[in-house]
Amino acid sequence: MTPLLQVHDLAKFYGPRRGCEGVSFDLWPGEVMGIVGESGSGKSTLLSCLAGHLPPDRGEVIFDTRGQGPRDTLTMSEPERRMLMRTDWAFVHQHARDGLRMGVSAGGNVGERLMAVGARHYGHIREQAIDWLGRVEIAADRVDDKPQAFSGGMQQRLQIARNLVTGPRLVFMDEPTGGLDVSVQARLLDLLRGLVREMGLSAIIVTHDLAVVRLLADRLMVMKDGRVVEDGLTDQVLDDPQHGYTQLLVSSVLQV
Amino acid sequence: MKGTQAMIEIENLSKSFTLHNQGGAVIPVMAGAHLHVGPGDCVALTGSSGAGKSTLMRMIYGNYRANAGRILVGETDVARAAPRDIIQLRRHTLGYVSQFLRVVPRVPTRDVVAEPLLILGTPREAALARAEALLARLNIPERLWSLSPTTFSGGEQQRVNIARGFAHAFPALLLDEPTASLDATNREVVLTLIEEAKARGAAIIGIFHDEAARARVCDREVDVTAFTPARAA
Repeated sequence: MTPLLQVHDLAKFYGPRRGCEGVSFDLWPGEVMGIVGESGSGKSTLLSCLAGHLPPDRGEVIFDTRGQGPRDTLTMSEPERRMLMRTDWAFVHQHARDGLRMGVSAGGNVGERLMAVGARHYGHIREQAIDWLGRVEIAADRVDDKPQAFSGGMQQRLQIARNLVTGPRLVFMDEPTGGLDVSVQARLLDLLRGLVREMGLSAIIVTHDLAVVRLLADRLMVMKDGRVVEDGLTDQVLDDPQHGYTQLLVSSVLQV
Repeated sequence: MKGTQAMIEIENLSKSFTLHNQGGAVIPVMAGAHLHVGPGDCVALTGSSGAGKSTLMRMIYGNYRANAGRILVGETDVARAAPRDIIQLRRHTLGYVSQFLRVVPRVPTRDVVAEPLLILGTPREAALARAEALLARLNIPERLWSLSPTTFSGGEQQRVNIARGFAHAFPALLLDEPTASLDATNREVVLTLIEEAKARGAAIIGIFHDEAARARVCDREVDVTAFTPARAA
């Protein structure tokens, strides 16, 4: 079996300041990897570099494409990369409004991504959009409403539907449950877990919430000052942290 | 004859914790541990509180890292395996019933119990049917099956945890106090589940403070005090 994503020695600098450096890992099909660290640790920079939103200064991000096998996404042509972002990759933003078109209906938001990959039959597109709204627990009678009329949790679920409708194989998530009420977070976590299991998705989730990674991620990477200080099985990193920083992070969580 | 070929084989295992934020204190907790559990065997870990029973269980499951030695479960050396190999091992081969239920809030009990089967690709109806059969056997009232177990009593949560642990027929099982807060009826159900697992060839390691339960289901006892490092004076 080939890893879905192979990352070698990735680095990004903002002038003299390190965004991230020396990051290498393999992600296998069906695996969910969490990246944790405090604000400024480089986890969002890393995610942006992986997802092609930010050009890194060094390194390789090799994705196992459907057609041509492993390809370095950093050296492929811009149209190729754009196609990848519309088909096999998905990106769930922390703020749903960054990942949605706020002036377009819920059904349109989902249908748009289908049209971007060539779907043209209006009836089919609408049918699939309604099916996906159902999967993320948005009632069919809201299909023509615009996202402004939705609660934060609903907007986030709509963003997930828009991203997953094309059947991607790799999903990048930036604090997907951040800013939501805890009761809404729980529902979203359950939804994400079910989708990951049923669709066999691989995912990379950036968060600062250790409870979220414990429930969602198989593996965990801990970042500090732009470098990975520890990685391993999620519950091993959380139950038996080896690095001083991880020990501090784990011991700082408030118990309820 | 059972138990000739080991399902779980531990050799010369050692472990210490280094507390980087407390002056780098190094606390050795285990040295020279060894254990051999064959198919159909049930081994009880004994020793006083703090002797390292739970530590050893967590090392076998891969929650705690080993400093040296081997932990073979089937063909996988947990002490050295890559995360993805341990993930596969936990899905297919090695089950763990811990004392605490850790689940996504608001997920119905029925789905919590069926999840290990769903992960393995069991069709949803079959997985839910198996989950319901176990919940019924463990006397969880049917009206609770559609509710999240997070609001259940301690004993109910423990039975949900046991149902989840026994949903898939794991070839190797770790049981941490499976009968601790159960009444006589449910204790009997759990002991029967353990006996059935042994009969189908599961290798089991358990911690049982319940001596009668231990005597009934365990073939051997291993006192982990023998693996406790000599304390520096």
